[in-house]
Amino acid sequence: MTLNRRQILLLLPAAAIAWDYVLADNPNGSPNYKMSEHWWGMLIDITKCIGCGSCVRACEMENDVPEGYFRTWIERYHVSDWHIETPEVDSPNGGKEGFLPGKAEGGKNFFVPKMCNHCVDSPCSQVCPVGATFHTPDGVVLVDYDYCLGCRYCIQACPYGCRFFHPKKHTADKCTLCYHRITKGMTTACCEACPTGARQLADLKNPNDPIHSFLKTHSVQVLKPHLATGSKLFYNGLDGSVR
Amino acid sequence: MAEFKDSAHLIRLAGVFLLGLVLFLVLRAALIPRSFGRYGPFRGDALAEISARPVAFAGHEVCENCHPDEAALKASGAHKTVKCESCHGPLAKHADDPGTVQPVLPEVAKLCLRCHSKNIAKPAGFPQTEANGSKPCDTCHKPHSPGLKPEGKK
Repeated sequence: MTLNRRQILLLLPAAAIAWDYVLADNPNGSPNYKMSEHWWGMLIDITKCIGCGSCVRACEMENDVPEGYFRTWIERYHVSDWHIETPEVDSPNGGKEGFLPGKAEGGKNFFVPKMCNHCVDSPCSQVCPVGATFHTPDGVVLVDYDYCLGCRYCIQACPYGCRFFHPKKHTADKCTLCYHRITKGMTTACCEACPTGARQLADLKNPNDPIHSFLKTHSVQVLKPHLATGSKLFYNGLDGSVR
Repeated sequence: MAEFKDSAHLIRLAGVFLLGLVLFLVLRAALIPRSFGRYGPFRGDALAEISARPVAFAGHEVCENCHPDEAALKASGAHKTVKCESCHGPLAKHADDPGTVQPVLPEVAKLCLRCHSKNIAKPAGFPQTEANGSKPCDTCHKPHSPGLKPEGKK
């Protein structure tokens, strides 16, 4: 069979429509959600975080995170005036019940909320021997709990320490970016609970998302940029001492 | 050209390969889940399983549908960025069935201090207090709009 130019020109748009249909598929649980229209990330404004722990509690209640484990947590940094390379970091119970007042001895102090960075080139998915950790077409890193063997390789591979071994499910577990909420058009539990707006879910594919104007006017940074993980957790006001 | 006579072993070899191929295809169909590869190199049904989880936080838009007065009061005050469930806790069940599931009012003494207790690491402009515990905060500050009313307007 040979194709002439006319036939190819007719076939190409048909193939494009077919490919769009393939990409635009939606998970069965949420009928009106098109994965191809979203690219999720999060904006964390350190200058607004008050370390109240609302996000940690909300995450625990929303996702049944077992006691003593965290899908998101808050760290408090104390950077002394003379030794910025070795900050003192504390995170009592993940910051869930807040923090003690802290010592006033110069230097600077601030809170850093942390969670899965939903990296584009995630180390955790690269090391998984059974392909249980995967990237959704809308930019979320998830764990298939049926596939996961519980080998804990990903827990070691994550440079941000965002994964843990679930004591009951006996699989790796981590932040899902509240995938059950964002596919229904809601924001994540941590963003919903944050009283100061320090956390904001961002849809980078949505041109009307406030993240775009924020990124134009602020200097944001990701954690450990030298690892080239393609993190989509954008921090505003991130100090160089944060690891 | 000499005729190739012993072709029978080649046919047998082809048969073995064919058998292997059929076995491979049968095993593949049996072992790999149907939804594998639907959206990418993973089991597509995992997405549906993860997104099927029930929500606990209804979202402030849902609250504001039924409680417009509180929403308007809150929008006028310093707590305008604080979403309802930040203090009241997850209330999706109440939103689904307001008649039977009644929310419990938060304990004011602890609630305010979650955010407003003094801490060295908080942003400098954020209002912080070293609570003395003599009176509950809501004696003077109303949680939905915490600013104190001007004198003489009480």
